[in-house]
Amino acid sequence: MAMTWRASQSRLSATPGQVMLALGIALFLALFLIWPTATVIWVAFTEKGSSTFTLVNFLDFVRTDLFVRSFWNSFYVSAMAVVCASVLALPLAYITSRFTFRGAVLIQTLGFLPLIMPPFVGAVAMQLFFGRNGSINLLLDDWLGFKIAFMDGLNGVIFVQAIHYFPFILINLSAGLRNIDSAMEEAAQNLGASGFRLFRRIVFPLAMPGYVAGASLVFVKVFDDLATPLLLNVKDMLAPQAYLRVTSIGITDPMGYVISVVLIVASVAAIALSALATRGTDYATVQRGGGGLARRELRPWESVLAYAVVTLILLLVLAPHAGLLLLSFATIWSFSPLPDSYTVAHYARIFGESSLYIKNTLVYASLAGLIDVVIGTAIAYLVLRTRLIGRTALDWAASAALAIPGIVLGIGYLRAFYGVQLWDGTPLATLWIVIVLALAIRRLPYALRSCYAALQQISVSLEEAAENLGATKARTVRRIVVPLMTGGILAGFVTSFATAAVELSATLMLVQSNSDAPLSYGLYVFMQSAAGRGPGAALGVIAVLLVAACTILSHIIIERGRAAAESRH
Amino acid sequence: MSHRRFGLLLAFSVLFAIPPAYAQAPTGKVTVVTSYSKDVTDPIKKAFEAATPGVTLEVQNRNTNAGVKYLDETKANNQVDLFWASAPDAFEVLKAKNLLEHYTPKATGIPEKIGQFPINDPKGYYFGFAASGYGIMWNERYVKAKKLPEPKEWGDLATAPYYDHVSMATPSRSGTTHLTLEAILQGEGWDKGWGTIKAMAGNFRTVTERSFGVPEAVNSGEVGYGVVIDFFAFSAQASGFPVKFVYPTVTTIVPANVAIVAHAPNKTAAESFIEFLLSPTGQEVLFAPGIRRLPVNPAVYAKAPPDYPNPFKDPRLNGMVKFDVEKSEVRNGVVDALFDQIVSFQLDSLKASTKAIHETEAALAKKDNAQARALLKQARELINAMPVNEATASAKETTGAFTGSKQKGARQAELEQQWAAFAKEHCAQAKAKAEEALKLAR
Repeated sequence: MAMTWRASQSRLSATPGQVMLALGIALFLALFLIWPTATVIWVAFTEKGSSTFTLVNFLDFVRTDLFVRSFWNSFYVSAMAVVCASVLALPLAYITSRFTFRGAVLIQTLGFLPLIMPPFVGAVAMQLFFGRNGSINLLLDDWLGFKIAFMDGLNGVIFVQAIHYFPFILINLSAGLRNIDSAMEEAAQNLGASGFRLFRRIVFPLAMPGYVAGASLVFVKVFDDLATPLLLNVKDMLAPQAYLRVTSIGITDPMGYVISVVLIVASVAAIALSALATRGTDYATVQRGGGGLARRELRPWESVLAYAVVTLILLLVLAPHAGLLLLSFATIWSFSPLPDSYTVAHYARIFGESSLYIKNTLVYASLAGLIDVVIGTAIAYLVLRTRLIGRTALDWAASAALAIPGIVLGIGYLRAFYGVQLWDGTPLATLWIVIVLALAIRRLPYALRSCYAALQQISVSLEEAAENLGATKARTVRRIVVPLMTGGILAGFVTSFATAAVELSATLMLVQSNSDAPLSYGLYVFMQSAAGRGPGAALGVIAVLLVAACTILSHIIIERGRAAAESRH
Repeated sequence: MSHRRFGLLLAFSVLFAIPPAYAQAPTGKVTVVTSYSKDVTDPIKKAFEAATPGVTLEVQNRNTNAGVKYLDETKANNQVDLFWASAPDAFEVLKAKNLLEHYTPKATGIPEKIGQFPINDPKGYYFGFAASGYGIMWNERYVKAKKLPEPKEWGDLATAPYYDHVSMATPSRSGTTHLTLEAILQGEGWDKGWGTIKAMAGNFRTVTERSFGVPEAVNSGEVGYGVVIDFFAFSAQASGFPVKFVYPTVTTIVPANVAIVAHAPNKTAAESFIEFLLSPTGQEVLFAPGIRRLPVNPAVYAKAPPDYPNPFKDPRLNGMVKFDVEKSEVRNGVVDALFDQIVSFQLDSLKASTKAIHETEAALAKKDNAQARALLKQARELINAMPVNEATASAKETTGAFTGSKQKGARQAELEQQWAAFAKEHCAQAKAKAEEALKLAR
């Protein structure tokens, strides 16, 4: 199979259209990612006082205990978070994709929610629930006389990150499982494989691109995330160190940018490694007739077990959201397992202004998601289906966006676009479309990985067949490739959309007026005062509901598409 | 968007259309970048717009750091009229970068100093409109459940019962915390002052990276005590949280400031906003429960709610030593970086040695031992030792590493590594000494 793949690749050499596409994407990335970032982080390569090129700052990095310690801490936490996230995601993905399971769509949606943790208020809710004096620990202490340090130190970071980011694995693995041809499974069954052996030897290996896409995202995201470590007051990790240094006023120190460069290099390396891990093997299956894996009925005892596992995992991962909901109705919640009493006043307070925030959020996040899947699909196609020189550079550049701290991108955008004036003198950077572009760039890696995994699973022979029948390349892409990738593209859109909806760090730099502000900005404004906690939580709940509704909608669309495809056969 | 541009156009057309005699009257939109929450900005915006018809206040919320960066990055085509935040050091940075406009407020009745701190920038670039004092805030339920004492003085926080229950913001992230530290350093002297700070820090549960993180944690009951600025506690009380607050006998009063941004698009309206904030009407808005700042006009305290602290009369708020602004400015970056390297990022080793000292003290209280006491004293001295003395901290070679001076010299990362290694080493030695003493005392 690998032989035919190599051979067919050389046959699919680049057309002028593909070259144009590649150049267009390169231009987009150069303009909105590389240039703005470079304007900020070039400081890392300059000598103090003279602005000449030097690498001495990187020498300082390896000579400073704090940074070296931070690097290894980040590495350890990211690796462990991938392990824990896999433990949470595998059962959910397996049970909901392989068996006829009532409420599969609901579970897929709920399992997706942890990704949407609104900034600040999510942290407060989490502390009130799992913290040192949170609900669980207060009850444990009361009844059993001990506490569990869920949120202490590096283990706390691993715990919270695993809960927060396991949906990356869930959503990509589920998409991967759905893309496997049932003929493969049937063949294995005919040869005598069944049960766990069938899963281990046939199903999971075929879904590998999905898993790797998710796992690499979790690794890189945890490596680059600063919100969670800061919420837990863990400062000796790389991303918080970079953030603290970049944002300290009055101090002009290159180390923050040096760390940013290290983050970017480490992230690209991780993505490249994951690409390497899946490169030698062909994951594509040809026949799409069956429309994915056959779903098996569960035996009664299996059913009980499955429901127990699913319920347990969902209870754990949704606890922060339960906390958030309680907080939004709470009058006062302080050092007690539950709030003192309940009120709807917080919702009343935000009622007037939230509609504007909601509209802006929907517009920004869906535009960003749209840009992401278009570019993501295009890059995946160029990398996997053409032999253009420098195609992997596109992949890496786009993936590097994951590692660029939002604040660096925000400052970069101001630097790059504030000087550019429109016809009436308004700076380009003050237009809301700039926020959309920043969000799109920041969330592009999510969509890209999903699209990449989806395309990896499609056999190139289908396209060859179409071309042999006289279809042009463009028509083949439109009629064969994109429809077959739908699941992956939608998965990518949903992840980009949902996470863009709660993005804050770049947004905070770029929002120019209240009328342009998205939900996360409104939330930030509320969460700076004691009285704003309730209304902030209420806004957070609205953000979560909004994204959840959109997720359910896209799941329904996927399911409809599947059903329609099946009925055609 | 188009809305906004239309507003600008309108403002310009109005400015040019009316006769010059009236051109001084403020109109149009005035944009302010602020770190204040909605609870503060909303009532003031409402009162200002009512008092100044024809002007709308556009509030852009950014935290202080982001606000400073924003003004710096957008200076070539500035669209912001005012900068409005607490931390005086942020204004100093802006002033040094020539991003502020000189102005002389016309408001009367505002004294030159509050406590020992000058209310306005002596050079006339930013103006104090309110003041706040530092103190200790605690969660009553937390303290009651754990049977902990109620603090009165800074020194209390350094004693054994408070171990692992206290939180403070790091001075590198909170300009007001920085001023408090600087006040301790100036009041007690460099070495003794750092001793006090480190003794207190040994009891910290967390060092947060934003000012509001401290009251947030106390409100939730995540930590028991917090070193906070007074209005955080007052507004938490006003919202019903079970928290209490006390000013220690010696505390710092710090002004909250406002300034006009250089090349402000609507300078007239910006001036009118400052005049409003300093007028009696504007000062009285500060009494609102969600704001609770201390007005800088002594006369308006006549209308204050009962039990409202008055920094012009309350002796606690005047006890501070004379504050040398210049000295503070010169070593600003050095003090912040020192704190981070020997406290924030060394908290685990600092806490471990502090715990050992607390335990030894408890054992000595039961059974005294002269040799153990001597060892304990050595342990304390080891913790208190500083990697740099006061003169070096203010020397050009050191400060230059933190302000991006054009001269070649030590790099910030180099110095920080030296300081961190020094602190780590000394904490480990102190812990060993204290443990040795504990063995003797048992």
